[in-house]
Amino acid sequence: MADFLQLLVSGLATGSIYALAGLGFTLLWQASGTLNFAQGEFVMLPAFGILALSGLGLPLPVAFAVTCAVAVVVLGWGFKRGIADPLLRSGHMPVVVATLGLSIALRNAVRAGYSAEAHPFPSVFGDDLFHIAGVVVTRIDLGTLAAALVLVLGTQAFLARTVTGRAMQAVAQDPDSAVVVGIDVPRMILYAFAVNAVLACAAALLVTPTYLAKFDMGESLGTKAFFAAVIGGFNNARGTLLGGIVVGVCENLAAAYVSASYKDAVALALFLFVLLVRPQGLLGKPVERRV
Amino acid sequence: MNAKLPAAAVVACLLAASTAHAQIKIAVIQELSGTGATAGTNFKNGVDLAVKEINAAGGILGQKLDATFEDTQSNPGVAKGLALKAVDDGAFAVFGPTFSGSMLVSMAQTRRAEVPNFTGADAATLTQQGNPYIFRTSFTQLISMPRVAHYLASALKARRVAVIFVNNDFGKGGRDAFVKAAVAAGLTVTADVSTEAGQLDFSAPVLKARQSDPDALFVYTNEEESARCLRELRKQAFARPIVGETTLAGQRVIELAGAAANGVLAHVGLTVDAPIPAVHEFRARFEKAYKYVPDHNGIKGYTSVFFLKAGIEAAGKLDRVAVARALHGLKIRAAKQPGVLMDVAIDDHGDLDRASFIVQVKDGKQEVKEVLPPVARF
Repeated sequence: MADFLQLLVSGLATGSIYALAGLGFTLLWQASGTLNFAQGEFVMLPAFGILALSGLGLPLPVAFAVTCAVAVVVLGWGFKRGIADPLLRSGHMPVVVATLGLSIALRNAVRAGYSAEAHPFPSVFGDDLFHIAGVVVTRIDLGTLAAALVLVLGTQAFLARTVTGRAMQAVAQDPDSAVVVGIDVPRMILYAFAVNAVLACAAALLVTPTYLAKFDMGESLGTKAFFAAVIGGFNNARGTLLGGIVVGVCENLAAAYVSASYKDAVALALFLFVLLVRPQGLLGKPVERRV
Repeated sequence: MNAKLPAAAVVACLLAASTAHAQIKIAVIQELSGTGATAGTNFKNGVDLAVKEINAAGGILGQKLDATFEDTQSNPGVAKGLALKAVDDGAFAVFGPTFSGSMLVSMAQTRRAEVPNFTGADAATLTQQGNPYIFRTSFTQLISMPRVAHYLASALKARRVAVIFVNNDFGKGGRDAFVKAAVAAGLTVTADVSTEAGQLDFSAPVLKARQSDPDALFVYTNEEESARCLRELRKQAFARPIVGETTLAGQRVIELAGAAANGVLAHVGLTVDAPIPAVHEFRARFEKAYKYVPDHNGIKGYTSVFFLKAGIEAAGKLDRVAVARALHGLKIRAAKQPGVLMDVAIDDHGDLDRASFIVQVKDGKQEVKEVLPPVARF
């Protein structure tokens, strides 16, 4: 039982990171119909930003804050204006292809500019050990899980309970009606891109101590985050949290009780199963589209 | 007739110039990106340093070395293509790749062209195929694993050992050699856990190893995976001895794993912390040139160029076949060829023998616990 709990705790921590990155997918999709397949690289870039600023002697919180500010401009505003806005006029496919290309370009740019090697990354929580009910947990696992939960639920609360959040949801549901009731639609969409950039920075801060900072660290993370978002429900933030946790825990259990070789296949199998049985995701709502 | 004179003069001048600047082309094919980037980059920098030093000292038989560096991207297919390109470009010798899987597919190209091929790959099968142009820069797993198993059984008094290995040619070869040696040394393998190259989460493999209640754990994975595995072992409070072979106590693993690397034991064929003055001096020169402490792959790369130098000098001419023949059975004494750092003997298969070490990581540094002498007599 203790072993099962050990795997569960570890899977929850990993799954919460998938959820955090996956939340970016749902935010951008809801706000502007953008499918960002460079989401993993949007986590990788801030990781190197924080690392570079820490290398200059800045304390970790300051390096994180500066990276967030830069990310809002570059990964938020820059991405929206440079890629999403011009390509969305031609439909979803050009954005999908462009972000796939962007992910390759970003990986190779970091590889060429920084190095292809993995780099150690400081942990914001430290790595003290605790024994709880026969399970060894680290401060980093607990901290990651707690921070990810706070961020995902906080984002959900922001969207549901604030005027700005509701305006963003209104834009996501029907941009034309949102204009009629006086909502500044472009601004709301920009907010969604900015929030996504900050969430990516938070994911970078939480996941990189374990994954290590490496140019290709976003590759698997981006894929798992996408699976998590679809499994949980692409139009529901809490669904993404559930999807991330389901993927993280199932992966861990499969690696321990079946084989490590099948670990990566678990997320894909769940993804396919959900698409076949419940296409709107575990907590998502079906959306009808006129064609 | 007069019109032909200037042309003849130009040709003569060109010939003279080419003789004066004749160079020995060497192709360095390494894992500069992908999962083998740490090993490949160290090896490449080691070769680069050796080339600069040899050229500064006048070259080999009066000719300078001209090195080109290529990235296999840790991909066997790319490695094979690069080996073919090196051969077509007329390389005198090829250095790499370091990944055993890449080496297995690329060495056919260098063999076909009769080009000496130096490698840091560990898989035992590489030198068992009768290829006369393959030369190792480190121990084969068949030499190193019995030393690890003997250390576990005799010094650590272990009876039960769990194994975590990476599921690639390097890992499987090491796992097979270790399990065979462990059984021969009277050890029982309690868990045999396979992991994937590039694996990020080691909670399940570590848990499986822990559940088997071993006296010690043997870990045989690549650099980044080793660091992640050590972090997970610390996370799960694994309190038994953790033992590895070379990679596990490598400098890069120590940097990536942080405090989790402390206490790790490993048999290493090469270490920059060896109690040998020549190795200390090499470490200082490398650190000055590349701003970081090299690992064993840096030493492999550096010494391999001096193996080639010793081979060419023993052959007395720049003839690839003659150099390969001269290298087989060659004993290179560090007193005469300081670049090899330690006395080394190359056998008829291209495998080598020299002293090795048992090290332990303490406060983020390797400490040599024991020096194991070479079998060969110098």
